[in-house]
Amino acid sequence: MATSRRDVLWEAGKFLILGSAAVSSSPSAAPAPTPAAAPALPAYNPQAHLWGMTIDIEKCIGCGNCVRACEKENDVPEGFFRTWVEHYEIDGADQEHPHVTSPGGGKNGFPPSSDAKAKQFFVPKLCNHCMDSPCVQVCPVGATFDSPDGVVLVDESYCLGCRYCIQACPYGCRYINPAKETVDKCSLCYHRITQGLTTACCEACPTQARQLADLKNPKDPVHEFLRKNKVQVLKPHMATRAKVFYRELDGAVR
Amino acid sequence: MHPIPGVEGFMYPNEVELQWSILIVLYPYITGLVAGAFILASLERVFRVSAVKPTYRLALLTALAFLLVAPLPLQLHLGHPERSLEMYLTPHRSSAMAMFGFVYLWYLMVVLLAEIWLDYRADIVHKARTTSGPIGWVYKILTLGSMNVSPAARSIDDRVGYIITIIGIPSAFLLHGYVGFIFGSVKANAWWSTPLMPIVFLFSAMVSGIAAVMLLYHASCLLLKRALDMRCLDTIAKYLFYVFVIDFSLEMLDLVHRIYEADESFRSLDFMVHTRLYTSQVILQILLGTCLPLALLGAAQVLRLAESTRRKLYAVSGVLTLIGIFAMRWNVVIGGQLFSKSYLGYTTYKLQFAAREGLLSSLALMLLPLGILWVLVKLLPPFEEPQAL
Repeated sequence: MATSRRDVLWEAGKFLILGSAAVSSSPSAAPAPTPAAAPALPAYNPQAHLWGMTIDIEKCIGCGNCVRACEKENDVPEGFFRTWVEHYEIDGADQEHPHVTSPGGGKNGFPPSSDAKAKQFFVPKLCNHCMDSPCVQVCPVGATFDSPDGVVLVDESYCLGCRYCIQACPYGCRYINPAKETVDKCSLCYHRITQGLTTACCEACPTQARQLADLKNPKDPVHEFLRKNKVQVLKPHMATRAKVFYRELDGAVR
Repeated sequence: MHPIPGVEGFMYPNEVELQWSILIVLYPYITGLVAGAFILASLERVFRVSAVKPTYRLALLTALAFLLVAPLPLQLHLGHPERSLEMYLTPHRSSAMAMFGFVYLWYLMVVLLAEIWLDYRADIVHKARTTSGPIGWVYKILTLGSMNVSPAARSIDDRVGYIITIIGIPSAFLLHGYVGFIFGSVKANAWWSTPLMPIVFLFSAMVSGIAAVMLLYHASCLLLKRALDMRCLDTIAKYLFYVFVIDFSLEMLDLVHRIYEADESFRSLDFMVHTRLYTSQVILQILLGTCLPLALLGAAQVLRLAESTRRKLYAVSGVLTLIGIFAMRWNVVIGGQLFSKSYLGYTTYKLQFAAREGLLSSLALMLLPLGILWVLVKLLPPFEEPQAL
């Protein structure tokens, strides 16, 4: 499901209106709810959240559930990926030349490895929802933008399809949707997380290797995860302030 | 497990298809020709190199013809060209690309059109008075209602034209240096990301623009059966040689720096240059497109060659130079997308023939400026003596 800048502003606007209404109206003056009115959802306040993700490399079994769930949830076109899984095989000290595969983005899992002696692990990838996103920086019209709650989104009704953002992303997370001719990428299931749900990929993960993280929520387990584990982001030298944190990420991963 | 056709090693799954096609190769190539042609024109106007005077007007018209076509490959490439106006209306100020429209408009309207109009104004007024029929009306419109060609008015034209040329030189530098910045500022791409990129683009632009005007001058003299001014041709060739030496030195500096520094991307890029880019980079760009024309132009500087030999030598050098600079643009744009940002694999560019971003539309886009130039030359003859002050 596509999320436009308008949707984000609408959510923020709803919060402001509902919030100010709650402040200005005294209990006695409040109109009684009409029986026909739908039960009101708790207002979503984008300012109160900062979304990211944690990924535990040791828990990922490469089943591809996340890729399939994402594809279904977000109508991802065939051959393109909002999330994918890579399989790494590293033989001895040759960190420079890991053997990496991702057949079909790992959607249908991976064949058994031929090299039993090699170090092996899976690396799920997705948009890193960087705080200093190169993709946001280069978009000529601001169609790619940072939401107030730290999600990098694309307004497909505004995107020119110039593909500069695809060139600027160091992680290969973006693609052109062939039907829409606009850029597409992981939205961190914005339509779900603003409704109190987790992302489709996190929900589908059988080992809980992927966890949606709200860095502004003091009760979120992410804080303990970051405190107790050795974590790393992808390509830290790119200085993008990525918000997808990997536990036990091998130095050979790029 | 089936390997992906055209892919060697590992690419991130979304990287397999190239994003910027031959049309984006044309964009820096065409803007480079514009900037280079303008800088050649300014040699005469600002730096008083009178030997190149016969090409002054031709260089300006060449720059205009190519500048008019410059945005077309971009438009054709966009997924939603109908939204491109948004770049003017709601530009994103942190985007290098967003500023292109403004740099382009500045260069087209303030620099090039103004300079051409001021330079030709007396001729336009003269033709508006002496030509009848629809063409006469075209000239009348081109006067913009200003029929005063008194010596005082012409003197003002000349002075304003001079100021515009002075503004035009940094503007031409800006136009093409900026195109280089679009690539050079992409930190995610090791092939592009270098502060030398705008400088290299700028000097290669001058090389290609000077070579193009040299060839066009040569060709128009043959077509119009005019005597070729050999002093002019020799001077252009001399400047082409000097600028080319600087351009080549900068490119070699970049190469040596990469080889010596050998950072994490080096093995991957080195492999690419020795395999997928070997023909276009080593053979076409460096050997045939740079070393050979440099040797030929250098020989013309050092040896005492006959006029007819020099003429042929310049023509061959010019053609080779244009091929070399095109190959350079190709290697930057296409080469920068052939390797994975994981440095673990390579993909292939499949150039289509009759597609929106195919060879046929690219050829049409390269021929279009020549068609526009032909019309401009008919309308505003560059070789007639300008109307006297």
